Amino acid sequence: MTEDTIAAVATALGEGSIAVVRVSGPEAIERVAPLFKSRVDLRDADTHTVNYGWIRDPRDGTIIDEVLVTVMKGPRSFTAEDVVEISTHGGIVAVQAVLELILRTGVRMAEPGEFTKRAFLNGRIDLAQAEAVIDLIRSKSNRAFQVARKQAEGALSKKIVPLRQQLIELLAHVEVNIDYPEHDVAEMTSSAITGTCLDVKSTVEQLLKTAAEGKILREGIVTAIVGRPNAGKSSLLNALAQENKAIVTDIPGTTRDIVEESVSLSGIPLRLLDTAGIRETSDVVERIGVERSRGALLDADLILLVLNHHEKLHEDERKLLDELVDRPVIIVVNKMDLEGHLELDEIEARFRKDRIVSISAKEGTGIDRLEKAVSQLFFGGSIESGDLTYVSNARHIALLHQTIQTLTDAIEAANSGIPIDLIQIDLARAWELLGEIVGDSVGESLLDQIFSQFCLGK
Amino acid sequence: MGYLAGEYDVIVIGAGHAGCESALAAARMGCETLLLTINLDMIAFMPCNPSVGGPAKGHVVREIDALGGEMGRNIDKTFIQMRMLNTGKGPAVHALRAQADKFLYQHTMKETIEKEKKLTLRQGMAEDLIVEDGVCRGVITKTGAEYRAKTVVLTTGTYLRGKVIMGELMYESGPNNQQPAVKLSESLRKLGIQLVRFKTGTPPRVHEDTIDFSKTEIQPGDEKPKYFSFETEYMEHANNQLPCWLTYTSEETHRIINDNLHRAPMFSGAIEGTGPRYCPSIEDKIVRFADKPKHQIFLEPEGRNTKEYYVQGLSTSMPEDVQLQILRSIPGLEKVEMMRTGYAIEYDAVVPTQLWPSLETKLVPNLFTAGQINGTSGYEEAAGQGIIAGINAARKAKGEDPVIIERSAGYIGVMIDDLVTKGTNEPYRLLTSRAEYRLLLRHDNADLRLTPLGHEIGLIPEARYEKFLQKKALVEGEINRLKETKFRPDEAVQAMLAGLDSAPIQNTTDGLTLLRRPEVSYADIERLSPSPVELTDDMKEQVEIQTKYTGYIEKQLLQVERLGKMEKKKIPDDIDYTIIHGLATEARQKLDKIRPLSIGQASRISGVTPADLSILLVHLEHYNRVTAARGS
Repeated sequence: MTEDTIAAVATALGEGSIAVVRVSGPEAIERVAPLFKSRVDLRDADTHTVNYGWIRDPRDGTIIDEVLVTVMKGPRSFTAEDVVEISTHGGIVAVQAVLELILRTGVRMAEPGEFTKRAFLNGRIDLAQAEAVIDLIRSKSNRAFQVARKQAEGALSKKIVPLRQQLIELLAHVEVNIDYPEHDVAEMTSSAITGTCLDVKSTVEQLLKTAAEGKILREGIVTAIVGRPNAGKSSLLNALAQENKAIVTDIPGTTRDIVEESVSLSGIPLRLLDTAGIRETSDVVERIGVERSRGALLDADLILLVLNHHEKLHEDERKLLDELVDRPVIIVVNKMDLEGHLELDEIEARFRKDRIVSISAKEGTGIDRLEKAVSQLFFGGSIESGDLTYVSNARHIALLHQTIQTLTDAIEAANSGIPIDLIQIDLARAWELLGEIVGDSVGESLLDQIFSQFCLGK
Repeated sequence: MGYLAGEYDVIVIGAGHAGCESALAAARMGCETLLLTINLDMIAFMPCNPSVGGPAKGHVVREIDALGGEMGRNIDKTFIQMRMLNTGKGPAVHALRAQADKFLYQHTMKETIEKEKKLTLRQGMAEDLIVEDGVCRGVITKTGAEYRAKTVVLTTGTYLRGKVIMGELMYESGPNNQQPAVKLSESLRKLGIQLVRFKTGTPPRVHEDTIDFSKTEIQPGDEKPKYFSFETEYMEHANNQLPCWLTYTSEETHRIINDNLHRAPMFSGAIEGTGPRYCPSIEDKIVRFADKPKHQIFLEPEGRNTKEYYVQGLSTSMPEDVQLQILRSIPGLEKVEMMRTGYAIEYDAVVPTQLWPSLETKLVPNLFTAGQINGTSGYEEAAGQGIIAGINAARKAKGEDPVIIERSAGYIGVMIDDLVTKGTNEPYRLLTSRAEYRLLLRHDNADLRLTPLGHEIGLIPEARYEKFLQKKALVEGEINRLKETKFRPDEAVQAMLAGLDSAPIQNTTDGLTLLRRPEVSYADIERLSPSPVELTDDMKEQVEIQTKYTGYIEKQLLQVERLGKMEKKKIPDDIDYTIIHGLATEARQKLDKIRPLSIGQASRISGVTPADLSILLVHLEHYNRVTAARGS
């Protein structure tokens, strides 16, 4: 049975010290090989070998991660197809970037339970387990469905829906020209097609650049930890690191400039600014007037302001609270194990309750509440550890890139005088690709659009 | 009481566009066939517009012809105008459309049917089906005649419990005041077949001598027309075509309609049937698109020997007096005389998801339905189903497997798959946008797609098939020749390219590469390097299309190949969806109702998710392995 090639993250995300991207299908080896920088060419690698090297973005040569790649040729593999497994460092950032690269080569994101399904269909799983396989597919897809539904209400979706509307209006117009050639509807011109396509394309490009989710996933949440020297910034960092979920690795070879350390908080990658400064317990509050630090604060996606529960508010801290009131800040009240002197009322009067978290870094309590608060702030609380959200976001990014490519094709076709019914193929494809992000199916809706947009009939 | 009036292989009830194709196909495939119709003077009647073809519909006519059907030949013999539409667009959507001599069309078809050897034509009103042990065995007419057969095809059009509506007036009737078929509808219901109520309509007809054509725009036919049938080479009447005429509604038209909306059955609630969105009545258009200041009206002659004109764009069920006012508010029609009143007609249709893709009903084996009874609208849609139902009724009578046209092989396949898989909640019209492989389903290649099948099932005679094979070989030969022909960047080539505003070539270039340039045509290449064997215009066109759009065509072929794997994964007939663990409830119900033949068909059922398909695949694998284990 020849099938297409699929990929997905095979390990729970954000947990564990390694993560595995699995690629299965006839083109598995061929698609991964160009991304793998090593002494070994995967195409020549023997089956059931582990190969050391790096995953590299072939467009600009950027190294994504240091990896081990296992090649298993069918039928001696889990799915009985050719399988490539890429072990990356744990956490989100690396595995996400690797998966995204693979999807961009045209490999399809696996459906929930699809590896297991293929294993079963190819005879690798015992007949007695058919029901278990079905249960797995059902439960995984139910979960995926829930995530998808959340996303459909999400920020990305709200951006995509109007783009699809633009495209479907264009499509309806093209279709009416084709199916009702004698009707008094103006002929669609290539300049009108180009106009809409450029418009949609630039928004999609913008989305790829700035969409908060995309940015978070690719780069992590840029986080500044600020506070007076004795507030407990270092111990907070250590507490985060000791929660056994820190990656504590620099991201090798990437171009990120001021990031020095990154931790994973409940699967959400945080990129810490000025970490070194924190470790040296230099007084960030005193340096607040320094232009560079101020800039860093302004650039941050997340500010953790650490206050000492055991002391009254310092004048510097009051000033800082004033400055941060409209910023994505979480007030971390540390040293809850000690007697309280902090004017909590004053803070609570100015900040929402879910932005204030009490912890004891020393005793390691309250870190879970901090995680929740961060998750609430960035994902409306919808994110879970190891959640499929991440996986489907890699898919989204791949889909958005494909959309851009398809629109580029349509624009080129329009400019070189290709007939509209052929350009329509690209337009419809772009519309479908965006539909895969928001989870809309194709079908009748185009006809609905045609008949509501135009007055047709005999 | 009843008497045995005859025994046949196949009986077709209804001699409209579906019935004629059904009966001819069955008879030509060697089956003794009876064609039974309420009125012999209404064979292949066009109760609405006097035209055949257009986008998607014209493609279907070509497909019918490629399969060995009659509609294409019949319209070629009887057209009064022929036009190729969409010539400014890609080759896939070029669409032939003919204006018919309505009366000649009927008479010519009747003559063909009468001459067909194994076909018996009989006037009679079928009232009941003979069903024994749940299997259809024949029909009984109003006069008590019992006709027995191995298979029966119902092509009843809008006759089933037909009801005509004009303003406040309503009466039981088939189209054009024909007798409706009331009892047959009841007998279907008794068999457990679910029926729905649909609606369609037709505009008034007017007298030519009362039209002031000077206020309208002329719409002539093509000077050198193409034909529908691959067999037609030349028709004398192509040199004597009649024009159509274009005018528009006026502000006054809109005022009259708005003032009389309370008398419109569309809005008074008198009409219960669902009408098609793509064929709204004029009152519907004016209400729904109130901003549009005017609507097109085409005046189309109904034939050479008649003064009747069809008023396209003015389909209406307004009261007669309002219709006349509306007509006379239109430029050119100020003094018009109305000859026939427009009307809406409601009728019963079979919910088409009750059919197999062969068009046999799931509930009553050996009973097939085709055409408007299956919820479609349009002569071409009817004829396209008709030929398939006729073929499959004949094959079933002979104990052969049904023929199913894939979505990638024809618009007929798209239409039937849509109907039986998704059903329809309004009269279904084919549109090119319904086809996902539009580029493959071209007007020009219908023979390449379907003639081999037509030959295989015995509808394409040897001589025609030989000719087809020859054409195919010549086209392939010419493409190969162009591939081998190298053009050096010499003066002649560069001059040709310069003349076309095309960049000069740098290196030796083969003919196909040159032809792929949008600005270079086959004729340009031919001037430099003519084919050593003589090619017809059709063949040259094939060479050009297959070469120019090869990139797009290959992309779609790849898609077909990928999805084709899903189509090839068959689902056994006896599958029990109620015992499949893990299917979502909605999917289970839908699958059980539609009973798809393949995973591909299952994937097109709304409400069946990819997870359900995966589960179905796992179940089938399980089933196959268990079956295999038992077998060994």
